[in-house]
Amino acid sequence: MKKILVAAKRVVDHNVRIRVRSDGSGVETDNVRLSMNPFDKHAVEAAVQLVEQGHAAEVVVVSIGPKGATDVILTGLAMGGHRGILVETDEKLETLAVAKLLAAVAREENPDLVLLGKQAVDDDSNHVGQMLAGLLGWPQATFASGIEVTEEGLKVTREVDFGRAEYGLPLPAVVTADLRLNTPRNAALPMVMKARSKPLAVRPAAEFGLDLAPRLRVEKIAPPPERAGGRAVADIAELAAIIVETKAEAEIG
Amino acid sequence: MAVLVLAEHDLGALSPAMGRVVAAAEALGGPVDVLVAGQNAQVVADQAALLPGVGRVRIAEAVAPTAETLTPLLASLAGDYDHIIAVSAALGRDVIPRLAASLDLMPVTDVTAIHGPNRFERPIYAGNAIETVVSEQPKHLLTLRASAFPPAKLAPAGDPPIEPVAGAALAPLVQLLAAHRTEGDRPDLATAKIVVGGGIAVGSAEGFRLIEELAAVLGAAVGATRAAVDAGYAPNDWQVGQTGKIIAPDLYIAIGVSGALQHLAGIQGTKKIVAINTDAEAPLMKLADYRLVGDLFAVVPALITELKRVGG
Ligand SMILES: Cc1cc2nc3c(=O)[nH]c(=O)nc-3n(C[C@H](O)[C@H](O)[C@H](O)COP(=O)(O)OP(=O)(O)OC[C@H]3O[C@@H](n4cnc5c(N)ncnc54)[C@H](O)[C@@H]3O)c2cc1C
Ligand SMILES: Nc1ncnc2c1ncn2[C@@H]1O[C@H](COP(=O)(O)O)[C@@H](O)[C@H]1O
Repeated sequence: MKKILVAAKRVVDHNVRIRVRSDGSGVETDNVRLSMNPFDKHAVEAAVQLVEQGHAAEVVVVSIGPKGATDVILTGLAMGGHRGILVETDEKLETLAVAKLLAAVAREENPDLVLLGKQAVDDDSNHVGQMLAGLLGWPQATFASGIEVTEEGLKVTREVDFGRAEYGLPLPAVVTADLRLNTPRNAALPMVMKARSKPLAVRPAAEFGLDLAPRLRVEKIAPPPERAGGRAVADIAELAAIIVETKAEAEIG
Repeated sequence: MAVLVLAEHDLGALSPAMGRVVAAAEALGGPVDVLVAGQNAQVVADQAALLPGVGRVRIAEAVAPTAETLTPLLASLAGDYDHIIAVSAALGRDVIPRLAASLDLMPVTDVTAIHGPNRFERPIYAGNAIETVVSEQPKHLLTLRASAFPPAKLAPAGDPPIEPVAGAALAPLVQLLAAHRTEGDRPDLATAKIVVGGGIAVGSAEGFRLIEELAAVLGAAVGATRAAVDAGYAPNDWQVGQTGKIIAPDLYIAIGVSGALQHLAGIQGTKKIVAINTDAEAPLMKLADYRLVGDLFAVVPALITELKRVGG
């Protein structure tokens, strides 16, 4: 493979407990810690490992978002990516618009493989990889927990409803990473310093001339119903009685 | 307002989620067709025909149920429908976004409530916020979380026709090389009424036998945390949470599970939660309807004995 494109999104850090704004307008994102979507770290790691194993020559990290999304590109470059592309926009784009922009970048860059995370942990969409593959007409392997290079292309292990399964894909292809794909490295300080000197192109999203307008109207964003919390159970006998009673109710209802 | 539901099936069996999803689709008002693709289409179609509310079953035996082959098939049928719906499980998650992009539509996925033909609720931020979206698009492509919708009412099926879909066979771009199925006869996790879940504290695959034994006594499905799956104690298809399966049983018994927010994302719809943990301060202990402070290795065997004694 000559080139791997990796898509990485900047999201609210997965350790942050988010707060829904009381007026229903959305989630409070001012002054919260932002970082690379966890799944995308696994995607970057997979790409860098393919280079280290001699299967690929170059890793290009692309992120779509505001200027600040440069941070996640730098994270990707510190992990071993070779160059970055920021597709800059201050609009909150829907996944369809993101996929269109990534498809445009892929058409320019001609990668052999595009690696993405399986889902972004802010909107929890789980769309972009599949959409991108559809737009490009490429095969897709989502929820990957293993990637091997073969004569024909790739052998990808996917986590599916019944367990795991292995699939053979020709290249070029789109693969989305699950958490068990690998263990992402923490970039050492010298790599972090070096990342700043790697090439990083900034491309305004409007430059691509695509229809990026939202298709859905978000009517409101509300907190989930709260659980009341419960009570302590004295002993096993009481617990068993509660379980038997709940089970009986479940069987009727 | 015709609706097409893509059948989720495996080894010749229709997914138990389909009854719920077809019932939810019926509430949209129009006739509901079910599309069954793949090798066992005929057998599965017979099962789909038994679901109340199904107007017609369409079968495409020659089309492998993969995203790459189903996308052109569904696109060719899309003209007949206002809604195309799939179960929010591996196949639906794979196909619906790909189909949506090829039709230049924005899908709405992991829907947990339907308010009319074009207004849907879906969780975001690991379920810590619920978004209501309205779509003015000409067609609605959805995946539904089966656990969020009630099972089909017991009603007689309508003896719908089963019709083959015209269209060429498509060679899949992606080849299935090997499948590693989790063995066992426990009920389907996503639709189970009772789930027994184990965390990293269960300690080993051996330890999970204890969890399975308790589940067997209760006729329950088995779940696990990501930590337990990562450690190799439980198979990946048992994982419950933001990135695993979503459950909404009447009873969830969580054993040695701390209640990280990514795990809680998968159990929000649960009616009653029982938590067993050595740490009374664990987040799940605070949320649980019933909590027992104790060492799981002492509590679970005693609980199994007691349940057998009282005939649970
Ligand atoms: C992007 C992302 C996605 C994730 N998705 C998921 C997901 O889908 N599902 C998921 O589960 N996690 C997910 N996680 C991981 C999650 O953050 C937690 O790490 C995980 O849920 C913790 O699992 P646990 O409760 O088994 O382990 P721990 O948090 O370590 O808790 C173990 C608990 O066992 C108790 N304990 C210890 N010994 C005993 C004993 N002898 N008897 C009884 N209790 C005992 C302890 O007090 C503790 O409360 C995700 C994380 C990330 C970053
Ligand atoms: N704004 C973005 N910039 C770069 N990559 C993105 C962006 N949004 C989504 N992705 C990629 O698409 C994957 C799936 O995202 P989603 O479909 O939004 O859940 C993510 O894990 C990223 O790899």
